[in-house]
Amino acid sequence: MNMSGIIIETLQVVLLIGLAPAFTGWVRMLKCWSQGRTSASLFQPYRDLAKLFSKDVVLAENASWIFRFTPYLIFGTVVLAGGIIPMLSTDLPLSPTADVIVLVALFAIARFFTALAGMDIGTAFGGMGSSREMMIASLAEPAMLMAIFTVSLTNKSTSLARIVEVIFSGQSVLKPSLAFAFLAFVLIVLTETGRVPVDNPATHLELTMIHEAMILEYSGRHLALIEWAAMMKLFVFMALGAALFAPWGIASANTPQTIPMAFVYLLLKIGASGVVLVLIETGLAKMRLFRLTEFLGSAFLMATLGMLSFFILE
Amino acid sequence: MDLQTAAQINSFLAAFVLLTAFGMLVQKRIYSLIHLFTWQGLFLSVNTAIVGYVAGRHHLYISSILTLSLKVILLPYILHALIVRLKIRKEVETVVNIPMTMLIGIALVIFSYYLTAPVREISTLITRSTLAVALATVMIGLLMMITRKHAVTQIIGFLAMENGLFFAATSATYGMPLVVELGVALDILIAAFIFGIFFFHIHTTFDSLDVEHMARLKEED
Amino acid sequence: MQSSMMLLVLLGVPLFAAAVLAFVGDRRLAPEVNIAGSAATFAAGLGLALEVYEQGPMLAGGKFFFVDAFNIYLAVLTSFVSMTTAIFSRRYMRREREHGRVGHIGMRFYHAMFQLFIFAMLLCLLTNNIGVLWIAMELATLSTVLLVSLYRTPTAIEAAWKYFILCGVGIAQALFGTVLLYFAAEKVLGEGGESLLWTNLSQMSDKLEPTVLSLAFVFLMVGYGTKVGLVPLHNWLPDAHSEGPTPISAVLSGLLLNIALYALVRCKVLVDGSTHTHYAGNIMMGFGIVSILVASFSLLRQKDIKRMFSYSSIEHMGIATFAFGLGGPIATFGALLHMLMHSLAKSSIFFTVGHASQMHRTQEMDKIRGLFKGNPLVGWGLMFGAMAIVGMPPFGIFTSEFLILTATMKDAPLMTPFLLLGLGVAFAAIFRRVQQMVAGEVPEYQKPMKVAHVPVMLHMALVLAIGIYLPDFLSRWFHTAVELLK
Repeated sequence: MNMSGIIIETLQVVLLIGLAPAFTGWVRMLKCWSQGRTSASLFQPYRDLAKLFSKDVVLAENASWIFRFTPYLIFGTVVLAGGIIPMLSTDLPLSPTADVIVLVALFAIARFFTALAGMDIGTAFGGMGSSREMMIASLAEPAMLMAIFTVSLTNKSTSLARIVEVIFSGQSVLKPSLAFAFLAFVLIVLTETGRVPVDNPATHLELTMIHEAMILEYSGRHLALIEWAAMMKLFVFMALGAALFAPWGIASANTPQTIPMAFVYLLLKIGASGVVLVLIETGLAKMRLFRLTEFLGSAFLMATLGMLSFFILE
Repeated sequence: MDLQTAAQINSFLAAFVLLTAFGMLVQKRIYSLIHLFTWQGLFLSVNTAIVGYVAGRHHLYISSILTLSLKVILLPYILHALIVRLKIRKEVETVVNIPMTMLIGIALVIFSYYLTAPVREISTLITRSTLAVALATVMIGLLMMITRKHAVTQIIGFLAMENGLFFAATSATYGMPLVVELGVALDILIAAFIFGIFFFHIHTTFDSLDVEHMARLKEED
Repeated sequence: MQSSMMLLVLLGVPLFAAAVLAFVGDRRLAPEVNIAGSAATFAAGLGLALEVYEQGPMLAGGKFFFVDAFNIYLAVLTSFVSMTTAIFSRRYMRREREHGRVGHIGMRFYHAMFQLFIFAMLLCLLTNNIGVLWIAMELATLSTVLLVSLYRTPTAIEAAWKYFILCGVGIAQALFGTVLLYFAAEKVLGEGGESLLWTNLSQMSDKLEPTVLSLAFVFLMVGYGTKVGLVPLHNWLPDAHSEGPTPISAVLSGLLLNIALYALVRCKVLVDGSTHTHYAGNIMMGFGIVSILVASFSLLRQKDIKRMFSYSSIEHMGIATFAFGLGGPIATFGALLHMLMHSLAKSSIFFTVGHASQMHRTQEMDKIRGLFKGNPLVGWGLMFGAMAIVGMPPFGIFTSEFLILTATMKDAPLMTPFLLLGLGVAFAAIFRRVQQMVAGEVPEYQKPMKVAHVPVMLHMALVLAIGIYLPDFLSRWFHTAVELLK
């Protein structure tokens, strides 16, 4: 393990933690503009977080340790996930220790504990949110694994760093399987990060909320951590998409020249993905919960088609 | 354009044809169905032209133009006009169990892959791998005709099957001889007029194009 | 040169007649034009047959057409039955028009499509190109679809829709099979139209890739099998045959099924030549025996007279398919004879059935009574037709079924009981019903009417004559065809 690797790794995690709220702010800004409203500043999410941190935590009497432990766990898993994904460089000390399957498992752990915490207090909304979340998860996870397997098959590795390197070497351009996997991935990102048409991050209507319902009982710094983790999750998924399907600009060696360039590329790609996200969100209406099976079924279908076309056409 | 690129474009278009086939399988709105069908025709037409160029079979250009005029322009136009005339613009079909249909569709793709294995082994054409997709398109069209209960949808399924057959001819053999291609196109044209007449007959007789209403001829009467 | 002229006439006349009748099909003399056209076609067919009989197989029109003993006998049969059907339909359709079931446009349409249908069938038989064979088959379907729905009743439209959709789906499978066949042929014969010519293919069949041909045959079997009406692909057949006008039922049952079977047998010869196994034959035998059994048991439940005889067509097509599958000289001879006899007997039955149902204004068998007394020709015609179709001696179907049974006992003894069971059940089912209809007193709702004597008597006489004595030229002819199909 070399020194520069550790520095890059740290830099990447710090970037994730630091930039995630700005990205959420960026998405909100774009959304306001696209709907013809005046937007809040790019830094509003930071202020929100700061405000929440300064408030007291209100705990229900029957809250168990799970309820208190969950926010830290979620925050931790997302940071860990961010450490694996090659955002700036493929030469990360952590990346050989974990592959994409671990990544999916990390998100699954976070989701599991969020669902438990939702039910912990025993209010109706928390339970409802948890049950919905688990239903969605049961459909989204196979699709996500399928999409990831397709990408792994095409690039002959499950390690993210390896995949990026293979794509760099120019062996896998213009492959139908990757196109299908990408379409599936987009649908899954919308689901996993709770965006329209699956969930609406801005709603607090009883009947429609999913993620918000589970964390309704949280307050103060706990809520701040969860919100922050959600922002980071969005950022992580965008970075993952960029690494899997558009890895250009990621440095393969850690030199002082390539890293700043990689940083600029990262900002550009993430910014662009925010634009795409907003376009999708404004173009679609939120779906009824029971139509989600069809939505996620399509994601699974795309991923499977990707895998099949890998065998059939390549 | 070298062979490698052509093969890649070919498989990409094959993937899109398959995607539109699946899209049609689960699409409920008749308008969107026709759009998907038009796209599928367009992909086929472009694919045929590219194969014709790379393989140096110039009669494929004629097939390509034929596909373009028939399946991208004429048939969608006829269907469109019929829908407007019969005022079934807004009819939305209830499709049974979409995820299940999708899974069956996937199974059909795998089945086609295994079925066409002997051809793939013998063939030396660059398009050989797309034959499985072509057969899958035929099968999915068939599945669509079984699962749907609307006359227009069934016809679109039928035409999608026909697309699959055309695709199969292109990918297995670089297209059938021109006589056959022309004859098949003529048959489709006649079929188009016939189903057009049928839509009117069914509509005036049953007040709907839902073929569920047509269930008088059963064994136990 | 002379024979290619004859071929031109054979195919040109129906096409020309179709074009003419499309404009004048509703005039008073249109049925006569229809008859004249069919008669000219039949004459050309006979002339061509004589030519082939003397000189052997021939190619014409730049190898596009091919005539041998197998297809010319079917072509003569087709043109003959279409001529008698045209004679029958003169009175029948006139009466339907008086009853107000068909209008002006309907009549035009009927006559034009009738001739187009004959053209499509003849093209199917005479073409040398298996791609064109497919196209002509599809054309034959399309030209009859709207004839089935001619009366515009809900059931007729339903039947026609079913016919259109199911046959469309089926025939699409056959096209895929043809593509695979072309793929295999291209490897041996090179690209282009030449490699779809049957004459070239049959010469080279042992060089064709067996695995591809086996796969192709499955698709061809499903595709053309749908048109033959083999179980389990038969759903459209009873509906289409029972809801259309009776002349159409007669040609559908008597001719179109034969043509589809012809296509299937042509393909089987190629597959056999390539695989050198009994693979294709086994598949055909399987479909055949299932069709015989299912159809004969379905016969028991029928109430509609035309539906019942449609199921009987499925049964007989099952027998012929089974016999072709069995192979060998005796079974193939039997199958060829069976196709001929069935199409003569069945079309004659439909003629009498058409008269009987017009007399009673219903197709329900429970309401048809006293035909012997009401109209002896119809009564005895139906009686003899039924006797012929269930295979009683001395009619020709007895001969063909006997041949097929003998061959079965020798080559596939395990199948014999099933075959016998099917034949027995069909016998009982049809006879029980026909006896009720022909015997008894004349009900008061029965209306006397003039009937077409010639077609019924001609057909029955032929079936009877061939049953008693198979003419030498016919048997020699069949022997040549058997040689071709070996």
